[in-house]
Amino acid sequence: MARATFRIWRGDERGGELRDYATEVTPGMVVLDAVHQIQAESANDLAVRWNCKAGKCGSCSAEVNGNPRLMCMTRLSDLPLDRPVTVEPMRTFPPLRDLVTDVSWNFAAKRRIKRFKPRPPDAPDGTWRIAQDDVDRVQEFRKCIECFLCQDVCHVLREHQLQERFIGPRLLVYAAALEMHPLDVEDRTGDLRREQGIGYCNITKCCTKVCPEGITITDNAIIPLKERVVDRFYDPLAALLRVFRR
Amino acid sequence: MSAEHRTFDYDVLVIGAGGAGLRAAIEASAAGVKVGVVSKSLLGKAHTVMAEGGVAAALANVDDRDSWKVHFTDTMRGGQYLNNPRMAEIHALEAPDRVRELEAWGALFDRTADGRILQRNFGGHRYPRLAHVGDRTGLEMIRTLQDHGIHQGIDFHMEHTMTALLTADGRVVGAVGYDRERGRAQVFQAAAVVLATGGIGRAYEITSNSWEYTGDGLTLAYDAGAELIDMEFVQFHPTGMVWPPSVRGLLVTEGVRGEGGVLRNRLGRRFMFDDVPDLYRSQTADNEEEGWRYCQGDKTARRPPELLTRDHVARCIVREIKEGRGSEHGGVLLDISWIASRLPNAAEHIRKKLPSMYHQFKELAGIDITREPMEIGPTTHYMMGGVRVDAESQMSTVPGLFAAGECAAGLHGANRLGGNSLSDLLVFGKRAGEFAAGFAREHGRAAADPAQAEGAVAAMFAPFDRQAPGEADAGPYQIQRRLQVMMQAQVGIVRRQDEMENALAQIGELEREAAAVAVGGNREYNPGWHTALDLRNLLTVAEAVTRAAIERKESRGAQFREDFPGKDEALGKVNIAIRKGADGAMTVTRAPLQPMSAEARRIIEEMK
Repeated sequence: MARATFRIWRGDERGGELRDYATEVTPGMVVLDAVHQIQAESANDLAVRWNCKAGKCGSCSAEVNGNPRLMCMTRLSDLPLDRPVTVEPMRTFPPLRDLVTDVSWNFAAKRRIKRFKPRPPDAPDGTWRIAQDDVDRVQEFRKCIECFLCQDVCHVLREHQLQERFIGPRLLVYAAALEMHPLDVEDRTGDLRREQGIGYCNITKCCTKVCPEGITITDNAIIPLKERVVDRFYDPLAALLRVFRR
Repeated sequence: MSAEHRTFDYDVLVIGAGGAGLRAAIEASAAGVKVGVVSKSLLGKAHTVMAEGGVAAALANVDDRDSWKVHFTDTMRGGQYLNNPRMAEIHALEAPDRVRELEAWGALFDRTADGRILQRNFGGHRYPRLAHVGDRTGLEMIRTLQDHGIHQGIDFHMEHTMTALLTADGRVVGAVGYDRERGRAQVFQAAAVVLATGGIGRAYEITSNSWEYTGDGLTLAYDAGAELIDMEFVQFHPTGMVWPPSVRGLLVTEGVRGEGGVLRNRLGRRFMFDDVPDLYRSQTADNEEEGWRYCQGDKTARRPPELLTRDHVARCIVREIKEGRGSEHGGVLLDISWIASRLPNAAEHIRKKLPSMYHQFKELAGIDITREPMEIGPTTHYMMGGVRVDAESQMSTVPGLFAAGECAAGLHGANRLGGNSLSDLLVFGKRAGEFAAGFAREHGRAAADPAQAEGAVAAMFAPFDRQAPGEADAGPYQIQRRLQVMMQAQVGIVRRQDEMENALAQIGELEREAAAVAVGGNREYNPGWHTALDLRNLLTVAEAVTRAAIERKESRGAQFREDFPGKDEALGKVNIAIRKGADGAMTVTRAPLQPMSAEARRIIEEMK
C-alpha cells in the first residue's frame, strides 16, 4: 500500500510548527482518516475536532494545502500525494491546540442577532399555513452546518480582525434565514447596518467559494440584505415618509 | 494539583446538548430555575444533527386516519411489547404539540398542498407520519433548539466531559468533569441532573455514531446506583454505507426506502418479499406494484416489505450476505434510481427529496444515486436500552437524577421505529426539564462531599501519572479498537452463548488494561487522554449489553440469538435490569414489565 506524508501544524497560542508524519493510504480515505490514523499510531495527543465524518456537523474545518476545507470531505485521491499534504488550523481564529481553534466568538456574536419572531398563527389551532415555495426559498440558508470556513476566508475577519464590528458571512446567512423566514416579522436592518457592520463586506465572494454546502452566500444572502439596508436607510422617498409619519 | 478545580452552581445541570438536552434545558429554564448545560462537543454538533428522515407525530395532515392511538400501537408493536406502555402513550399523545411548538420557534418543515406540515412514510409506521425537511430534519431541529436556547438565559459549557456524578444522602447533587480546552477539573453542584448523553455506538466497530457516543450517561447513572434496562437491545440500522472503507457504517436514511427505494441481492432479487413476519403480514404488500403505489400515497395500498421494522430488515440483509448473495464489498444493493421507470423527473425528484444522500454518495463514494444503486449493510445505530426512568417525570431510580432521549430506556422496547427518536427527545426532553426543575425547587441544592469530588478529580488525572507499558497495542486507541472489533464479532447482530461468554472474559481483560493505561502530552485538548477516560464507560456498557443479551435466551426485536431463534413466553413478560451490586460487581435481574392500563390494552386489541 502507498504511504503519504502529512505536514501537520502542532502548537498552541504561544506558537507552533509544521511536523511531518507518514502514514498508509487506503482506498476512499479522506484527510480526517489520515489525521486519525496518525493520532492512533504516532501522535496520541494530536488535537482535532470532529463529529459526524459525513459533512453534516461542520466540526473538522481546517486548511488543507492552504485551502479551507472540511477534512472529512476531502478525499486523498483528489490531492497530489507525491509531496506532503499540509494540514493547518483555520487561521482567522485564535489557535487552541494543533488543529483546534477557538471559535467561541461565532457563538457569542450569534446571540446578539435578534431572535425569530413569528407573526400571529394563521389558524385557530395555533398553527401556520406556509407554501412549499416559501419554505424552499430559505432552505439554502438553513443548510448551513456552522463550519465557519466562510468566516475563516473573509478578509474583514482574517486580515483586518474586525470581529468587534462585523459579524461575517456565516452570521449574515443566519440573519438572512431569519429575515426571509416566511413567518418572521422582526426588523434586523438597523442592527445589520450598525453594530453588525454589513457595509464592511465588499462582495469579493471568497466565502461563497469555500462553502461546503454550496450556499451562494454573497449573491443570495448578503446582497439582498444589503439591499434591504439601503431601502430602509438610504431611499430618499422612504426617509421623507418616515419624517412625515413621526 | 488534583485539588484545584473550578466550581459552578446550578439548580438543574443538563449533561448533553443534543435535542433531548437542549429541550430539557429550555423547559427547566422556562420554569424559572438556574440552568447549566455541559456538552462534549460544540453546540449544534451532537448526533441529532445527523438525523435525516423525520420526526414521528400523529398530526394526521397527510392521512386523516392517523391518530395518537395508531402511533401508540405502532410503537408498541415495533418494540415487541416490551416498551413501557405509559411512555409510549405519553409519547404518542404529546409528539404533535412538541412538533408544532418547534415551528413556533422557527423550524421550517416541508409542506402539504394546503400549507400544513408534510409527513412521509417510514418503517413500522402505519400512515405517513414523519414531519421532515428534505433529509436534514435533525439539523433543522437541533439548530432551532440551539438558536431558541441561547436566548433563554441558560449557561452553556461547551466541550466539557463529565466523568462522575456526586451523590449525598441517596440523591444526586452534582457532577465532576473536565473542559477539553484547558484540561481543568470542574465541579458542578446542582439540585437536579438531567442526563442526555445519547448512545453507545462507539462500543462497536461499524457504527453511524461519532467519537462522543461512549455510553457516558449510562455509566454515570450506573455508578451512581441507578438501574439500567433493555441493554441487550442495540439497534443495527439496516442501511449503512459499506464502501469505501473509510465511510463504512455511515448512515443511509430510511427515507430512501420511504421514497420508493428497494433492496436487492447480487442476483437482482427483492429479497424482502421472501420473509414477512406474521405480526406484519396483513399490513405488508405482497407484490412490487402495490409497494410502489404505497410510496406514491395510495391509501388503499399496503407498505412494501423494505419498510418493515429495522431489526427485521437488518437480519434479512445479514442472511443474504451470509448465504453468498451479497454485493461486491459485502453488502446488498439499495436502489432508488429504478424509479426513473415510473416518474418523469426522477433524478430531480431524488435530488430534491434526498439531497444530503445524493451529496454523501457523490462526494464520498463517487456514486450517483439517481443512476446507480448504493451498496449498503447494517450499522450500529441506536441504543434502545438505558437508564430506567419514571414514565411521567423521567426520573431514574436515583432521586434527583433524570434521563431523556437515547440514554433513557422504556419507550422503544425491543426495537425503535425510525422517526420515534426525534419525537422521543422532544417529548421526554421537555418532561425531564420540567420535572427536574420541580425537583430542584422542592428539594433545593445540597452540599457535595468534597472528598468524593476530589476522588473523582484524582481518577481523572491518573492516566498522566502512569508509566506506558511499551506494548504497541496497549495505548488508549488500541484498547478501544480491540473492544470495538470484539463486540462487533461476538455481541453483534447474531449472538450465541459461547461467543458472549468469551466476550465477557475479554471485557475483563480489557478492563484491566484500561485501568493501567498511560497517556502522554499535557492536559490541554489531549484526545489520547480523553479516549483513555472514555474507555471505562465503553467497557461498562459493553459488559451490560453482553450480560443482558446472555440473560435473554430468546430472539426478540433487535436481539437475535442463533442458539435460541424463537420467542420465549416468560421472557416476553420481563425487562432485563442491570445494577451495580454492593460489592461493585454487575448484577442482572429480570424485572416484570410495567403494567398496561385496560384502556391501552383495548386500543392495541382494536388496532390489530
